[in-house]
Amino acid sequence: MADVYADQEAQSRKEQSLYASRVKVYPKKVWGQIRKLKWASLIVLLGIYYIAPWLRWDRGPNAPDQAFLIDMPHRRAYFLWIEIWPQEVYFLVGLLLLGALGMFFVTSLFGRIWCGYTCPQTVWTDLFMWVERLIEGDRNQRIRLDKAGFSLDKLWRKSAKHAAWVVIAILTGGAWIMYFNDAPTVVPAILTGTAGIKVYGFLFLFTATTYLLAGWAREQVCIYMCPWPRFQSAMYDEDTLAVTYRDWRGEPRGKHKKGESWENRGHCVDCRACVAVCPMGIDIRDGMQLECIGCGLCIDACNNIMDNLDLPRGLVGYDSQRNQDLRATGKPLHFHFIRPRTIVYAVIFAIICGLMAWGLLSRSTVEVNVLHDRNPVYVTLSDGSIRNGYTIRVLNKTRQEKVYKLSFDGLGYATMSVVGQEDSMAENIARLTAAPNMVATYHVFLTVPPELEVEESHSFDFTLTDRDTGAIAHHETIFRGP
Amino acid sequence: MTTPKKDELTGVATTGHEWDGLTELNNPLPRWWLYVLYATIVFGVIYAFFVPPIPGVEGILPTTRQALSERVAEAREGQATFLTGIENSDAAQIRADGELFAFATAGGAASFAENCAPCHGAGGAGAPGYPSLADDVWLWGGTLGDIEATIIHGVRSDDPDTRYSEMLAFGRDGILTGAQIGDVANYVLSLSGKAPDAQAAAAGKEIFAENCTSCHGENGEGMQELGAPALDDAIWLYGGTLADVETQITNPKHGVMPAWGGRLDETTIKMLTVYVSTLGGYEE
Repeated sequence: MADVYADQEAQSRKEQSLYASRVKVYPKKVWGQIRKLKWASLIVLLGIYYIAPWLRWDRGPNAPDQAFLIDMPHRRAYFLWIEIWPQEVYFLVGLLLLGALGMFFVTSLFGRIWCGYTCPQTVWTDLFMWVERLIEGDRNQRIRLDKAGFSLDKLWRKSAKHAAWVVIAILTGGAWIMYFNDAPTVVPAILTGTAGIKVYGFLFLFTATTYLLAGWAREQVCIYMCPWPRFQSAMYDEDTLAVTYRDWRGEPRGKHKKGESWENRGHCVDCRACVAVCPMGIDIRDGMQLECIGCGLCIDACNNIMDNLDLPRGLVGYDSQRNQDLRATGKPLHFHFIRPRTIVYAVIFAIICGLMAWGLLSRSTVEVNVLHDRNPVYVTLSDGSIRNGYTIRVLNKTRQEKVYKLSFDGLGYATMSVVGQEDSMAENIARLTAAPNMVATYHVFLTVPPELEVEESHSFDFTLTDRDTGAIAHHETIFRGP
Repeated sequence: MTTPKKDELTGVATTGHEWDGLTELNNPLPRWWLYVLYATIVFGVIYAFFVPPIPGVEGILPTTRQALSERVAEAREGQATFLTGIENSDAAQIRADGELFAFATAGGAASFAENCAPCHGAGGAGAPGYPSLADDVWLWGGTLGDIEATIIHGVRSDDPDTRYSEMLAFGRDGILTGAQIGDVANYVLSLSGKAPDAQAAAAGKEIFAENCTSCHGENGEGMQELGAPALDDAIWLYGGTLADVETQITNPKHGVMPAWGGRLDETTIKMLTVYVSTLGGYEE
């Protein structure tokens, strides 16, 4: 009896393992329309990536002239004519929302176009694989090389490959540094060894992650690390395009000899060309899978085989579930792009675009932040008046020194004074100056006379007005009493 | 070497130890873990040459303590222009200079949080018995000079030039009777219109004139030279109810503030003075 239990326990222990060791993928070279499209998109995307930081945009004196720049030390981000302060990080949130919704929209229409063609992981892995193939040869040679014992040939091929990978990693991932520094200054500085420790540190970080993710981790990034494949199936429906194997035409599969009849069998000759080229190492004939990034290289591979066999192309193709079924029964195809799902994504996308545009157009050159003192919350003065203190931060987003008028609404019976300018107050309007492109901090007191009963908490507004342009900023705050 | 016995259930080798039928299995540490341990030992030995963990032994790299003092010295150097500026100006000049004012306010705030806030509260809010520095009345004066003098010499401290005064214990020492104290307390409250008993207040007027005016002033307006608080306003150091006032007349409490002249340097005291003047009670 005891043995039976022991066996069972040992068995269940074996089954409990949740760890799957990686089976290395050796994608085979393939040529075709989709491969061409992928190279084209790689060239266009990398082109944008490299050209963007070199574009100039005149912002006048004392301001960087790089069109796209995130200036961390000075806490500013520049996008063409837009300049973002840390206080306006909601624009970044808007941008991320647009990115997410754009991806939802495109995915619901065309499936994982993003993953297959434009994701940096895919683009850079493509480059890495190209170099690998150049140095180590195609799929079979690489498998053989990995299995072979140590030799000089293996040594030089492996080292050459990794050296080339590091260079590509510096050029792709490392180039990200150009978006955080003035590109024409930082690139020569990096090359001459005069850039700062931070620049080299981040250069190393970006290079190392690119090298590891595109060289070593590859498809594991998409399968295990990336959250997107996990929930992108929520955007799929029967009209979404996906790479599919037309099993109604391909099955039953089997080897085929030249001259044999195609009667009573499918067109799939089980050549496994689609499996050999897959960068994710899956078999598309198993149906839709989480691992499939929708790159379509298996379509190219299968089409080449079909051409050789004089069979029609498209045994594997981009297809929606609906058309897949229609094709199988020989009915006319039906494309259904306007659906509640796509309408909702498009409408939300448009709304956020509108909000962002409105926010950018109405972006003020001045902002005021008010912090009500909490220590003490309020002060009783000798005559019984109640006084509250406020820390006022004036954000001068222009490049000139500015003078602002500070006033308040909704607390008409109060009097105002500014610490440090006790004499210069006139009719409850304070004169605050702020240096160009800086935040000026003032401490302001408001006093309510004893005749007026003060509520425990009373809201009112501070208003800051630019004396020259009339630009206005408001900030709501409270006046506290006993 | 004998082949180790294997445990039947798990297939793991045993160490050969057995206690009452319980065998000890030999599950060695994971290899990666062991290598990390060795690596840390090697790192530790190398590190000890660079930064020896032995007091008084110099290594190749500066110790964290040295690095810290270097960083502090660097920061001090950055502050030097401001600090000399403060050293060479009086509090009024500092207040007039925008940059020095901002620096002194920030520096004073840091020192205030460390030294003054325990009694006077964060932001000078005060507490019963500890005067508020944010209101508009001062026991010993609210000009920059007054504030600085109070900080340097303290109140009822052991400094020879300390601010000093003491109120007579009218009840404890039997100078006034309980009824008289009640009357004069009512009169004191009537100065700010809060007397609960108008008749008693009227009766207390004469007692006040005889006993209190020499320090608290003819009409209870107070006297800053003696640190005698004004009694005609809304601010009460030891509470403003009838009972509070009676208690204070019967057996007065006297606050003590240490002299900071010997404890803090001159620059810090100047920054503190400037900071306290920004809390709301600044008098020119």
